[in-house]
Amino acid sequence: MNKSAVIIGKLVRALSRLRGGGSALPGLVVEKIDPNFMVDVLRKLPYGVAVVSGTNGKTTTTKIAADLLKSQGLRVFTNKTGSNFTRGVVSAMLGDIKNFKFDFDIAVLELDEAHAVKFVEQVRPNYALLLNVLRDQLDRFGEIDKTAKLLAEVAKNTAKIVVLNREDPLVAAISCCLPRSIKVVNYGYVPKLAGFFPNDDELHSGVGKLKKSSAKADVELKSFTDSHAVFEINGRNYSTEIAISGAHNLFNAAGALALVRAIFGSKTDDKKLTKSLRKVEPAFGRGEKLLINQTPIELILVKNPAGFRLSLKSQYSAAADVLIAINDHYADGRDMSWLWDVDFRTLKSVGVVSGIRAYDMALRLKYDDVKIGLVESDFKKAVKEFLSQNSRQPKQIFCTYTAMLTIRKILSKLDKVERAL
Amino acid sequence: MKTLKIMCLYPNEMNIYGDHGNLLTLQKRAQWHGFETEYIQHEPDKPLDTTADIIIGGGGQDSGQDKIQADLLKNGAVLRQLAADGVPMLMICGLYQLFGHYFETHAGHHIDGIGLFDAWTKAGPTRLIGNVITETELGEIIGYENHSGLTHLNKNQSAFGRVIKGAGNNGADGTEGARRYNVFGSYLHGPILPKNPLLADELIKIAATNKFGKFTPRKIDDCLARQARNIAATRPR
Repeated sequence: MNKSAVIIGKLVRALSRLRGGGSALPGLVVEKIDPNFMVDVLRKLPYGVAVVSGTNGKTTTTKIAADLLKSQGLRVFTNKTGSNFTRGVVSAMLGDIKNFKFDFDIAVLELDEAHAVKFVEQVRPNYALLLNVLRDQLDRFGEIDKTAKLLAEVAKNTAKIVVLNREDPLVAAISCCLPRSIKVVNYGYVPKLAGFFPNDDELHSGVGKLKKSSAKADVELKSFTDSHAVFEINGRNYSTEIAISGAHNLFNAAGALALVRAIFGSKTDDKKLTKSLRKVEPAFGRGEKLLINQTPIELILVKNPAGFRLSLKSQYSAAADVLIAINDHYADGRDMSWLWDVDFRTLKSVGVVSGIRAYDMALRLKYDDVKIGLVESDFKKAVKEFLSQNSRQPKQIFCTYTAMLTIRKILSKLDKVERAL
Repeated sequence: MKTLKIMCLYPNEMNIYGDHGNLLTLQKRAQWHGFETEYIQHEPDKPLDTTADIIIGGGGQDSGQDKIQADLLKNGAVLRQLAADGVPMLMICGLYQLFGHYFETHAGHHIDGIGLFDAWTKAGPTRLIGNVITETELGEIIGYENHSGLTHLNKNQSAFGRVIKGAGNNGADGTEGARRYNVFGSYLHGPILPKNPLLADELIKIAATNKFGKFTPRKIDDCLARQARNIAATRPR
């Protein structure tokens, strides 16, 4: 390990933390000093690297996979900060290097589609878990056909096993163009759950036009309630308590289970592994449940039409008060068009609409005849008003990425934030 | 009850980003103005219903454009006739391009359009992306552009608007979109109609006047649209 790079990197990290600065700078500095730093360190991990990529669910799935691997006794490095650049990965590594040692068995890394391709050109992962290709912020990523090609590149550069979502036609199609040396494993859900997973095409025509894959799934989501889920693994059913909610998050759990099984192979104790899901909590702001002044609040991150639709379908509770907060910073997407590809008619009413683009959201709701209590662009005022309406009534906050960061900060100042589970 | 028929061209292939909002806005506003609406979905290789009162179309991916191009060319003469008869139309992004003479790809291939607009489009080196404000005969239009094709209007083709902020047709001559008869072409997403109710109402007014001889608008509260426009106008490109 390049010790001077570590010392300087850690110094920059400490300084930028003092200033409350961005998480990528220390990694950038280290990469300047030693361009091979990341490759050298990650190459020495006994189990190597697992990459998680796709449009939606990367953070949640990466966290589930990392927690499951830890529950099986591995020391797991993961890029919790969510900065997807390689320098973000290096920054996260710096925080976990102790006495010039990077003491881990495996790295599970969340990478967005474009950065994943750059990453696998430098570090060949042993495993890749590819989640989905959905219409995302087109001002950032361009066309979805292009995104599918990026994921196929990631798969081709994987050394051992690629785990694919059988239910996403664009992801499933990747299996046909891989060299034989790469093993393909699929995960999926049983047909009767299909109604929980609308896709982009279904919004307009009611049927998907791409053919579904009929490949056999290694892990299949079979059924679920608010507190339990059943997975079929290798022909046997395993039921477990769960701390995460929402059909799409449980489907992400199926992907994570398939990845962990790919890593452990025949040594996997499927029963113990599935039961470990009981202790896996949602990732930051992704269905995270907080308790503020005895009011349960659920934070639900929404980034694109498919994600918003899934959340409304599987996480929205008609009994809850709803706040929707939409920002248009670069990380959120500047174009508001995506709000018009979400069907909001399932919402009974919305208590407060907030964010920089509060009025765009309110206008969208008007055209779906959803009643709105208040439009307030200012986050502090919006949150205060929202919490004062029907106190102690369960609340749900649907918000874009930067809106989530701001709202979480405001909530944490109001009261000690307790995780309610 | 009076009914307005709204037809969407290729909603499955050409709907890339929020174009559905244009349909929803026309349907709702027509209803708020006292009409019933009927929705017609035109699919490739199905006969084109020539009784539509308003025709709209959106943008698509390259693969989507490939799927609809033959059908569009087949119906070119009919669409040109409907336009000459005064049927209001709104074509966004990809279909705006194909309503011109042709789209020239990076490789130099010509993808033929229907030549309703006296305009042509050439693949550009970079994508033109960001918030846009234009000045048009109807008033100020606010939207969001995201295109790599550069559209050029020939001498006799009038633009839909002049760019106040943003790139517009080609980033060089200050024009945005095109207008011929009652056919509007534009690059603006957002989608364009919800935040520009004056354009939505213009399409409805033309359609109603064509069909029933007159149009008496009803008062619609557009306070939210105004506020959304005010904010959008202040946002960075």
